[in-house]
Amino acid sequence: MKILVAVKRVVDYNVKVRAKADGTGVETANVKMSMNPFDEIAVEEAIRLQEAGKAKEIVAISLGVTACQDTIRTALAMGADRGILVETDAELQPLAVAKLLKAAVEKEKPDLVILGKQAIDDDANQTGQMLAALLGWPQGTFASKVELGDGTVNVTREIDGGLETVALKLPALVTTDLRLNEPRFVKLPNIMKAKKKPLEVLKPADLGVDVAPRLVTLKVQEPPKRQAGIKVGSVAELVDKLHNEAHVI
Amino acid sequence: MSILVIAEHDNAALKAATLNTVTAATQLGEDIAVLVAGHNCGAVAEAAAQVTGVKKVLIADAPHYAHQLAENMAALVVGLASGYTHILAPATAAGKNTLPRVAALLDVAQISDVIKIDSADTFIRPIYAGNVLATVQSKDSIKVMTVRGTAFPAATATGGSAAIETVAPATDAGVSSFVGQQLTQSDRPELTAARIIVSGGRGMGNGDNFKLLEDVADKLGAAVGASRAAVDAGFVPNDYQVGQTGKVVAPTLYVAVGISGAIQHLAGMKDSKVIVAINKDEEAPIFQVADYGLVADLFAAVPELSKELDKLKAAG
Repeated sequence: MKILVAVKRVVDYNVKVRAKADGTGVETANVKMSMNPFDEIAVEEAIRLQEAGKAKEIVAISLGVTACQDTIRTALAMGADRGILVETDAELQPLAVAKLLKAAVEKEKPDLVILGKQAIDDDANQTGQMLAALLGWPQGTFASKVELGDGTVNVTREIDGGLETVALKLPALVTTDLRLNEPRFVKLPNIMKAKKKPLEVLKPADLGVDVAPRLVTLKVQEPPKRQAGIKVGSVAELVDKLHNEAHVI
Repeated sequence: MSILVIAEHDNAALKAATLNTVTAATQLGEDIAVLVAGHNCGAVAEAAAQVTGVKKVLIADAPHYAHQLAENMAALVVGLASGYTHILAPATAAGKNTLPRVAALLDVAQISDVIKIDSADTFIRPIYAGNVLATVQSKDSIKVMTVRGTAFPAATATGGSAAIETVAPATDAGVSSFVGQQLTQSDRPELTAARIIVSGGRGMGNGDNFKLLEDVADKLGAAVGASRAAVDAGFVPNDYQVGQTGKVVAPTLYVAVGISGAIQHLAGMKDSKVIVAINKDEEAPIFQVADYGLVADLFAAVPELSKELDKLKAAG
């Protein structure tokens, strides 16, 4: 079995993001970039399936600027076997990403595709579902457990009131939620080894995909700041304020 | 404008998030249809028909819609899409599962988590965990979007009298099936619908200590939530999680206990009307957004809060 894992280069989750003064986007100059945390979970899950003897090859794919090679190298250092970068400076929206990934899937023919449920920059939570739709594949989104069977995969999903398990026929697509696993730390020798693993670079045109954006971002701004209130001295004062001042209890 | 709202339900009752989505729809136009797809879901269609603002209810009743699997739901919605300018669903686990699939099959973008409608094609949505708001314009012929419930008031559940129309089910895609579910059993209100929420963080120390919060929550008629740190530490299940990667809530009163106030948590609760923070660390970022802050050891303060609530109740 072959697994394709999609990884995105995003602003590191510890960075406090700020809107540019002219409202055209967010400040990304000199900002630390990392692999999207949900995608790390996706890579980890693929590696665990490989370590359990259930998967043979893991291919990590990223789409975007040249520096996305770093993100792919991180996936390779974690344990993926080889990488693919679809290189472009163009703005890629989820539908375009899904179309590029579809072309890659048709080329690579994996049995399972694993992606993070959402990227922590645009917070779209769309790409996996869109890719599954374009492929006509079943999807197990927001996964907290993945159990491979014979020609099927059972995915336990985080839903609003608890958990739901669905059975999907392979080939299938899984998007990861937080509790699926805890990604491993990359060890230095593995970073060295990852540099020698193959990394193929393609262009969107090679895959015959039109990546033109469908949404125009007119403005990016920070929301109004919430003001800090007051400190109270005791629980009794707190209850009094909530009852007599805020009228909420 | 002609708007299709995908109803969220459990085949027995219409979920509250649908009402918020109907309100968003009314800001786009008056021609609003609600799709109820399920199995033996007639009661849900009846309920949807009474929602103020709804002009028509479409019911698709078939065994393969019983659990609203995304593969089958998307095929159904795509078959109905040509008559509409906008397709809306609540930005819940179910809506987020299905709607991108619909958009991809229609070859249009999807707009996630809309919090404000500027015009028929321009919407505001949070990005970067709500630290930034993006105003986006869609160039597509059909606008497919999920709507954040806390950003729109609920439509009135009664007073309407929409016609109910049966639509033919699409065929079962046959690639996925429902195996089972484990729903958290609770007599308390659902997080996203609660008027008051009491949440605990890493400071709670362990899962047993959440009993302290449950006691206070029950006296307030509140839901119990948690920060990601508390969920990651295994104190409580993931569906308690309030935050960017959990549930986004905006209750009248949010009480954060032993929660430091990481960006990702604030993103999930900062639109609450009144925020209370109880934390022994006076430097905790949660105090920067709290209307009322109490610097105290939660293990003393929470039981005391419980007693004070008793006194308040006794005083009438």
